[in-house]
Amino acid sequence: MSRISKDDRRLQLQREAQGDHLYANRVRVYPKDVHGVVRRTKWAILVLCLTIYYLLPWLRWSRGPGRPTQAVLLDITNERFYFFNLELWPQDIWLLAGLLILGAVALFLVTSLFGRLWCGYTCPQTVWTDLFMWIERKIEGDRNERMQRDAAALNADTIWKKFLKHSIWLAIAFWTGGAWIMYYVDAPTVTVEFWTGRASNEVYFFTWLFTFTTYVLAGWAREQVCTYMCPWPRFQSAMLDDQSFTVTYQGWRGEPRSRGKRVAGAPQAGDCVDCGACVMACPTGIDIRDGIQLECINCGLCIDACNHVMERTHQDKWLITWDTLARQAAKKTGRHEPIKILRPRTIIYVSVLLVAMIGMTVALATRSTLELSVQRDRAPVFVPLADGSIRNGYTVKIANKTQMNGAFDLSIGGLPGSTMVIAEGDPKPVTVLRVLSASDEVDTFRVLVTARPTALTDGSQPVDFVLRDSATGKQTVYHSTFMGPPGYAGGVR
Amino acid sequence: MPTKIEKDAVTGRETTGHEWDGVKELDTPLPKWWLYVFFACIAWAAGMFVLYPSIPYGKGYFHGVLGYSQRAAVDADVAKLIAQRKGSMDKIAALSFDAIKADPALMEVALTSGRITFAENCQPCHGPGGGGRPGFPALAAGAWIWGGTLADIQQTVTHGIRSADADARQSAMPRFGADGMLKPAEIEAVADYVWATFYGHPTAGQDVSAGAKIFADNCVACHGDKGQGNRDMGAPRLASHVHLYGDTRETIVSQVTLPRQGVMPNWGTRLDPATIKSVALYVHSLGGGE
Repeated sequence: MSRISKDDRRLQLQREAQGDHLYANRVRVYPKDVHGVVRRTKWAILVLCLTIYYLLPWLRWSRGPGRPTQAVLLDITNERFYFFNLELWPQDIWLLAGLLILGAVALFLVTSLFGRLWCGYTCPQTVWTDLFMWIERKIEGDRNERMQRDAAALNADTIWKKFLKHSIWLAIAFWTGGAWIMYYVDAPTVTVEFWTGRASNEVYFFTWLFTFTTYVLAGWAREQVCTYMCPWPRFQSAMLDDQSFTVTYQGWRGEPRSRGKRVAGAPQAGDCVDCGACVMACPTGIDIRDGIQLECINCGLCIDACNHVMERTHQDKWLITWDTLARQAAKKTGRHEPIKILRPRTIIYVSVLLVAMIGMTVALATRSTLELSVQRDRAPVFVPLADGSIRNGYTVKIANKTQMNGAFDLSIGGLPGSTMVIAEGDPKPVTVLRVLSASDEVDTFRVLVTARPTALTDGSQPVDFVLRDSATGKQTVYHSTFMGPPGYAGGVR
Repeated sequence: MPTKIEKDAVTGRETTGHEWDGVKELDTPLPKWWLYVFFACIAWAAGMFVLYPSIPYGKGYFHGVLGYSQRAAVDADVAKLIAQRKGSMDKIAALSFDAIKADPALMEVALTSGRITFAENCQPCHGPGGGGRPGFPALAAGAWIWGGTLADIQQTVTHGIRSADADARQSAMPRFGADGMLKPAEIEAVADYVWATFYGHPTAGQDVSAGAKIFADNCVACHGDKGQGNRDMGAPRLASHVHLYGDTRETIVSQVTLPRQGVMPNWGTRLDPATIKSVALYVHSLGGGE
């Protein structure tokens, strides 16, 4: 035990006197309704996002007989992803990685230019929370009414309104969870199956899971998701610099804040009338006048709230606005600072974005409908045969992504005199193997190649597997190696 | 005990009193809901203690209200698997090799079952993929001593070679040197002949007629006059590039003097007939099958 100094003891007592210090009660946020250009924009984006989310699975798309008719379908069971005319196989999964990189870099770029636009406008947490708050406001009334209701004792009206609110929340949450499932299974089919009790356990599980998370996160957790759970606010500051546009209280104009009428020619009072409208409108319950902070999701509802007050007090609008730290510092001293869009970080983000986009587009456009992959046996690496020749085994995979069954000719380049057989197939050795590959399938077979290579000085030599579509003549080549004992020279004694 | 608790000028909040290279941490209270989640986890843990096997005492343990047992769960899973496979395995046991090969789905089951059985039972001696090891035949090479048809392989796997099984494949190369049937000089001569003629390493100007005579008198009966071997007797083919005990002249001398007599277990006592048929199909598919 270390000795406790008098000062520490005093501090300790002080902390105990402060009461329940280790854990903080939640400060309930009652955002006030606002009207204005920001709010209208936010509603428009909300309607757009939710319309796409709820209706996209119902969009039909013709792909020919026997094929899924859903425009966007992530068919995990059958290992196919469909996006309109694009059909992706498990082999194309790297496109998903490319898409995620694109998404991340685009997010970095937007953040470095305009701050946390994603958080304020398009993040699902924001969108559904906004929707749930709107329902709450329609049923329980605006900020003051809700605060009074929660502070007062329970009565029949409160119980009824809370019941109604939670019922509607749950209904929307259920619709949300159900729509999620429809991206993975055919929407009309799963809807019928769901209500007739014939859907799979996974369907029920994920529907109820996303119903639950939507209800809890958008109805109850709200801004705490952004403040405590989400990692993005913690590192988004790495993308911001003093040239990024963020929701900004123009302190040089507003301070010193004071209440009361503005008298012309009284320079001591700033434009801020300290009405608190910006704080009341904030969905995360912060004061934007304290400057840029972790909890701010950059939604700009405080801008609408403040503009309204500025209009009523006959002052210039946009006391709270989107601006950069650099421009604010310049305005304070009366200078003009130009907007700098081109900065090293934005140039880097744009270049990465362009390179990734071009790469992905080229890769998508030149994506082959016929894929050949050849995997050499590792154990045994090679088999010396009784007649002195060497045999190597290969696992050959042909992915036929076309809608037609095909006949293909497999041959080997760079290994003169070699012959092939398919394991447990026709035992007669041939130089060109005719293989049939069904449409929309991956065919796997083992090919045994026997040869007497003369140039195996270091135990291996390169060979090319050539797959030729017998109908179109198109060729696909896969580079591999043929191995044998080092110093092998044809097996002739 | 942190000693440098101070009030932060910006937030008005106290610091934790810890300092790392000048970085101080605000003593921010945890949200209550987080605390409740923590309590819920503790309650969950307590529930698990009651429901599932948890507390050991002496030689026993508290079995839990649900009576769950991992061993029973595994046994049930295994029984389920066996029941699931029963249809295919019964078919493999009943059908002929040709009939199995004609059914691609059944063939896939047989090859998979055979591959796993091979890895667990055969691979330690015969090597992965049947590549062979010194003294243990390379099954993929097809240098069969007892035959490489599916029926031959099935027979060898079931009854073994020089095993305890009554139907085991039996062969015994005489101990020409150890039993004094051939003198060391004669053994060297016959080794010269075999090395030059069958192994393909003739030395210019070397006369191997003495060895040829000894070979004709002692070895031809089993190994054949062209060194082609005899599968009925389990006599290896000498005119080959693949030899069981090594591809050197020294091994010829040692095999004639005091031959090694390898043993293969009779797997019929350990593996059921369907599994043996599967493993025969797998071995056949490695490349050496006839």
